[in-house]
Amino acid sequence: MTTGPHAIRVVLPAHLKKLARVDGEVTVDVAGEATIGSVLDALEARFPALRGTMRDHARTKRRPFVRFFACEQDLSHEGFATPLPERVARGTEPFLVVGAMAGG
Amino acid sequence: MSGVRVLVGTKKGAFVLTSDGKRTSWDVSGPHFAGWEIYHVKGSPAEPRRIWASQTSGWFGQQIQRSDDGGKTWEPVGNEFAYDGVPGTHQWYDGTPHPWEFARVWHLEPSRTDPDTVYAGVEDAALFRSRDGGRTWNELSGLRGHGSGPHWQPGAGGMCLHTILLDPRDEKRIFVAISAAGTFRSDDAGATWKPINRGLKSEGIPDSEAEVGHCVHRIALHPSRPDTLFMQKHWDVMRSDDGGETWREVSGNLPTDFGFPIDVHAHEPETIYVVPIKSDSEHFPPDGKLRVYRSRSGGNEWEPLTNGLPQRDCYVNVLRDAMAVDALDPCGIYFGTTGGQVYASADAGDRWTPIVSHLPSVLSVEVQTLP
Repeated sequence: MTTGPHAIRVVLPAHLKKLARVDGEVTVDVAGEATIGSVLDALEARFPALRGTMRDHARTKRRPFVRFFACEQDLSHEGFATPLPERVARGTEPFLVVGAMAGG
Repeated sequence: MSGVRVLVGTKKGAFVLTSDGKRTSWDVSGPHFAGWEIYHVKGSPAEPRRIWASQTSGWFGQQIQRSDDGGKTWEPVGNEFAYDGVPGTHQWYDGTPHPWEFARVWHLEPSRTDPDTVYAGVEDAALFRSRDGGRTWNELSGLRGHGSGPHWQPGAGGMCLHTILLDPRDEKRIFVAISAAGTFRSDDAGATWKPINRGLKSEGIPDSEAEVGHCVHRIALHPSRPDTLFMQKHWDVMRSDDGGETWREVSGNLPTDFGFPIDVHAHEPETIYVVPIKSDSEHFPPDGKLRVYRSRSGGNEWEPLTNGLPQRDCYVNVLRDAMAVDALDPCGIYFGTTGGQVYASADAGDRWTPIVSHLPSVLSVEVQTLP
């Protein structure tokens, strides 16, 4: 496990990029341990319009149709305190916020 | 020259349609917030450049957008709608208690006098208010807490507070309507509430004349006569002349009294409009003919308005918030369909023309009359 600070690369889904008014990948700084929750905290602090879009306002529950992927793993069902993979913490790989597939 | 700005919410974005006072040539901008459901877009009567939009998504939740330049640019404002205290439960479809859960904002009602004050009607049914330009929202929890809240039950479209009327004489008097609970009134700026459903009869509930439980689809009033309310209920068109204390049916000669929107002419308080829909399961006009019905007598006697509207093979619906009137003379009437058409009449409904014909399914239509 690497200790902070970390520069975490994040890929947002198109609708959230638009809300945050960013193009492409974003990088957020995480001071302590790089966990799912600390990355979401950093994203919401930098882009307040994203509050409530990935998890509830109480920051306790992931929105059901939002998924979190990293290093080809689905972290969606892990707790927010779950450390991110080393390669994400080091900035080698991005943390992916994904809108769940829907349709038919 | 004066003009109008028609604000259209659709299943896949918002559109702003503008015209001069002739209302024959239109500029269309949008989609704004493409890909999101826009339940409602409404301008502030106190500051017409300020417009509010409810932007919602099954994936990413609720956003409230605010424009301060007439819809050219938008800023997301506060989107936290937290029920006051322990939310408690309402009835679920199977009759079991179900916790109150915020789903989305159905309707935004800006104050008539203060540009920073706006009300939000939400699903699960509750009323919120912001007094700081949308930055923060607080529930007016006396509505859910007045006593009947635990017995409210959702309609097929969810348990939504979809209509908010502010009395122009006194903004402390507020009317709201909830599917499927009914109509409620506050006389103290939302602190306390009472159900106002006496006279409603609904065959779909165990006690057809119960105090609450009615599926009210929309209510409307004319600013000059705020004690007179008109209602399109699930079935039945109703009228009250005492601020909702008592209601009587005015469906009269309508071909069907099921429908969603109801609205009042801007200059004639006894002229009202509905769009009859075949039935609660067949959400399209009878006989495939899209007809607005107008009553110039405040109900009971209705005339079909068909000039310019499709009179064959038309099977669209017109949703509860998808009709509006402007304040020009003659009064303009507008409505949007689930087929993506927005129709306008610049002569109080005598003749109709489509402004746009191929939008996503229309959820709401509002209009601003511009100086």
